[in-house]
Amino acid sequence: MSVLSNVARWFADPAHWSGPDGIPQRLVEHVQISAESVAIGAVIALPIGIALGHYGRFGNLAINISNVGRALPSFGILVIAFQVFGLGSLPVLVALVALAIPPMITNSYVGLREVDPDVKEAARGMGYRELTQLVRVELPLAVPLVMAGIRTSAVQVVATATLAALIAGGGFGRYVVDGFAQQDYTKLFAGAVLVAALAMATELSLSAVERLLVPPGIQLQRTATAQRATTFKTA
Amino acid sequence: MAIGGFLDYVDPWVNWTWLSTHLPLFWAALQQHVALTAFAVVGGLVLSLPLGIAAHQWPSVRNPVLAVFGVIYTIPSLALFALLVPYTGLGVVTAEAGLIGYTVLILVRNILVGLEAVPQDVIDAADGMGYRPFARLVRVELPLALPAIFAGVRIATVTTIGLVTITALIGLGGLGQLINRGLIENFHTPLVVATVLSIALALIADLALIGVERLAVPWSRGTAA
Repeated sequence: MSVLSNVARWFADPAHWSGPDGIPQRLVEHVQISAESVAIGAVIALPIGIALGHYGRFGNLAINISNVGRALPSFGILVIAFQVFGLGSLPVLVALVALAIPPMITNSYVGLREVDPDVKEAARGMGYRELTQLVRVELPLAVPLVMAGIRTSAVQVVATATLAALIAGGGFGRYVVDGFAQQDYTKLFAGAVLVAALAMATELSLSAVERLLVPPGIQLQRTATAQRATTFKTA
Repeated sequence: MAIGGFLDYVDPWVNWTWLSTHLPLFWAALQQHVALTAFAVVGGLVLSLPLGIAAHQWPSVRNPVLAVFGVIYTIPSLALFALLVPYTGLGVVTAEAGLIGYTVLILVRNILVGLEAVPQDVIDAADGMGYRPFARLVRVELPLALPAIFAGVRIATVTTIGLVTITALIGLGGLGQLINRGLIENFHTPLVVATVLSIALALIADLALIGVERLAVPWSRGTAA
């Protein structure tokens, strides 16, 4: 219990709520680098996944890229990026973008692929051109999985951004890494609570967005492939 | 290596001479990596099978199990280890508790997918042949769920191999130790070689599990992970 009361005291200390090592500043750093990485990753990954799913090409590649993504040790990738790009936020950004891409490609591919072929045929029969059909018919039906891919990536990026503290980055990982280094278990535990809370908040808020974006009347049917596509953990 | 001025020395990505004299280091790290992974996946399987079967039988078990392990799964590993350290200390117990916690969600999800995909006709046929519920589960439902369970084991294994590197921060790490050493000493060779070995280990383990699945479950058709 003494651990928890020390941690409660740590959170109550106003010194931890201001300045460059304060919780608000660390939160901004953590969210900023994560949001940038997910946004850049989405710009790269979604068009690829959507195109592959729409044309139904390179399915094995689109599915297996997630497996390769799972195999990447995020710690090693971050340190290698650090050795290549040096200090600053660039190495973190590069590593996080690389880890954000695979789940988004796989999920958007699966989402587009699982659109009922009858529906596509009906759209064509109604005279939709290819692009209109993609935008007005296929994408709305694929929204749940495309969003699931973004959520999966975002949660993993937030988790991996914690490791950025190991290569002199900011964010909540700072408290965990410094806590380990200084054997300050109160700081360590408090940092871990903050990191876990941020990951949960990311998961819950993006799940809420997902539910808002799903067009009314669409039944969420999670097939085995779709469920596996959202099982992705790198940090 | 020795050609060129001392000040011109640039650390190559892989120093083959150093590597050739330090192979036992990599071998030991690889062994620890495999041991940590195997224990986490087998331990996860031992926990997940009863949990998954219970979750399949009783809807009242299903949601709590998925919710609890879903929360654990969402917690970043570094934070989960840090939360466990005050209670379980630095070392194997903390590492395995965290890693097993993650594999359980992956495995339970896939066990459920597999059991739920068993066609009702097959269950009716088994009932009609006089199978009792337990025998039906063991002799009919679980064998049909095996391909999905294997898919889960593959994902759990590949994921765990990646996550083991992070246990370097609590004094283990397998290949992660060498990544950490590369970081601390600013030395590229252990960093690059350990990262490549970790990726290779994950992909080889995945292929090996596909091979085992083909032999052990000839009725599966290579479920995509």
